[in-house]
Amino acid sequence: MREITFTEATLEALSDAMAEDPSIFVVGEGIGERGGNFKTTLGLYDKYGPMRLCDTPICERGFIGMCTGAAMAGARPIVDFMFMDFILDGMGELINQTAKMQYMSNGRLRMPMILRGCIGIGNSAATHHSGSYYPIFAHIPGFHVALPSNPADAKGLFTTALKSDDPVFFMEHKLLLNHKGPVPEGEYAVPFGQAAVVREGTDATIVALSVMVYHTLEAAETFAGEGISLEVIDPRTVAPLDVDTILQSVHKTGRLLIVDETFMPCGIGAEIAAQVTARGFDDLDAPIARLNGAHVPTPYSPALEHAIVPNKDTIIQAIRDLLAE
Amino acid sequence: MNTRTKAETYRYLYRTMKLIRSVEERLARAHMEGLVHGACHTYVGEEAIATGVCAYLQDDDAVFSTHRGHGHAIAKGVSPHALMAELYGRETGCSNGRGGSMHLFAPEIGLMGTSGIVGPCILQAVGAGYAAKLMHTERVGVTFFGDGAVGNGAFHEGLNLAAIYDLPVLFICENNLYATEVSFSYASRNPSVASRADNYGMPGVEVDGNDVLAVYKAAGEAIRRARNGEGPTLIECKTYRMRAHAEGMGESGYRSQEEIALWKDRDPIKTLRDRILEDDLIATDDLKTIEAEIKTIVEEAAQFAADSPWPDGQTAISHVYQEE
Repeated sequence: MREITFTEATLEALSDAMAEDPSIFVVGEGIGERGGNFKTTLGLYDKYGPMRLCDTPICERGFIGMCTGAAMAGARPIVDFMFMDFILDGMGELINQTAKMQYMSNGRLRMPMILRGCIGIGNSAATHHSGSYYPIFAHIPGFHVALPSNPADAKGLFTTALKSDDPVFFMEHKLLLNHKGPVPEGEYAVPFGQAAVVREGTDATIVALSVMVYHTLEAAETFAGEGISLEVIDPRTVAPLDVDTILQSVHKTGRLLIVDETFMPCGIGAEIAAQVTARGFDDLDAPIARLNGAHVPTPYSPALEHAIVPNKDTIIQAIRDLLAE
Repeated sequence: MNTRTKAETYRYLYRTMKLIRSVEERLARAHMEGLVHGACHTYVGEEAIATGVCAYLQDDDAVFSTHRGHGHAIAKGVSPHALMAELYGRETGCSNGRGGSMHLFAPEIGLMGTSGIVGPCILQAVGAGYAAKLMHTERVGVTFFGDGAVGNGAFHEGLNLAAIYDLPVLFICENNLYATEVSFSYASRNPSVASRADNYGMPGVEVDGNDVLAVYKAAGEAIRRARNGEGPTLIECKTYRMRAHAEGMGESGYRSQEEIALWKDRDPIKTLRDRILEDDLIATDDLKTIEAEIKTIVEEAAQFAADSPWPDGQTAISHVYQEE
């Protein structure tokens, strides 16, 4: 299969969808002629023009609200935030308006809106360009939240988002954007709420999110050399969250660690742990463990930045602790 | 609307304003009787604005309104039955009991929602304008908002976006001088809302919001511009809320009795009625017939609301997401 990057994969899905559906338009800063800070819309302006590739002033609340209204009126907006941190200026619009319109209209309005942008800690991006925040959105009724970890899933989940009539957060980790991998040509959709078992094993289950999937796979390789078999699961979407796949794995392994770069309190790991405890308590041979990024804003210096994010070594240690329980 | 004769227009405007007023007076009573379960912000005194603007709108023109939205809903075509049933919390309400006074929805006739948050309706109307331009329709987006929204960032961002993209949007500011109980003269150094249109490069018009004919005329021109691709307009309608901010609240002294009396003299419905009789456009008996008819409709609506079933509790979790 041909190999393309994560960003090329989403661009392919977007371009194909825009060719088919004239009600799709993209808004954001520099997504027009410039083609996006991360090349997420490269070449589309020449094909589809300024109304469909709409450069905006720097007013996130304004264009989130505008896109909410456009979706209510029958269009299919995509907001490209560049950095997801910028979305926070529009939280009231998103949570009070975008998320609630379908419910408040008793299903008469639709809200086909994609909210995409890069997330995550890395490249000394510092505190205002390193946020992820997906646990917050997963908490709110009305949103889907997708966290692709590889180019094929990026295309597949983005295709599903483009066809969804619900608002979808599409969170692209900055350290993954230039990753290359095999991606199917033509239409390719990955449904929401279906986790991927990215490595099969029998001794412990590790759930890893977004870029943490890679560090965890490296750790699993180290353990394989020691004769320890780890199962690694990538949920791919955290809303909806596929707990069934995790439960099936824990049934086999009896041990569970959740590795997530975002904050531990009230996070995705807490949700997974609660659900697995409630439904799979008898399968557990050890307390469920979590490994998260530190509960702090993101510092700039590489030495500080490195200290707050899970990496291969801290993941290996967390797995050793889990196996020793 | 443009095909109506002058007398027909006056009849339409009078009837609509009177219907809004009568429904709300009945709702105020129902609120006292405990039949309205949550908040109830009436539009009494401001009826000329919704009436004058919505007179031009088609079902597919999109209206985005406020917490004080009963008048916009009725002027856009929501029946008094569906409105009253909504405030009574019934299945037959326009939002099937999900919204109450502040969350009225009838998207099938272009009432895209009233809102409990000040500001977002401005941005959503811009979005409706964007969708209209994107999809090459003649639809317009209309937002009503109070003077309280003018100091909100949504006003600035929304007007700017509509202006730079030349969108078909009407920004209708209902300046009733008070945001709840904070006066606009306190909240703004610039006493004019309309003048702010200059900042965004769009026309700004100030009208007497208690003169339905003045509103009707200004809105007509703005809608003509919008449908012609000439972009948005800001219209400031100076008006006054004749009842408290919300039912059950008294006058705490934030506005003087003289001021209240002055504006009650300028009641938009009475003003139009006097003018109709002065100009001999509709006979007194005809007006009385309209008034009697409205009285019947409102009593029937109240009865309908009271007799309507409660929504099924099982449905409270549906429609969070699109369902197959």
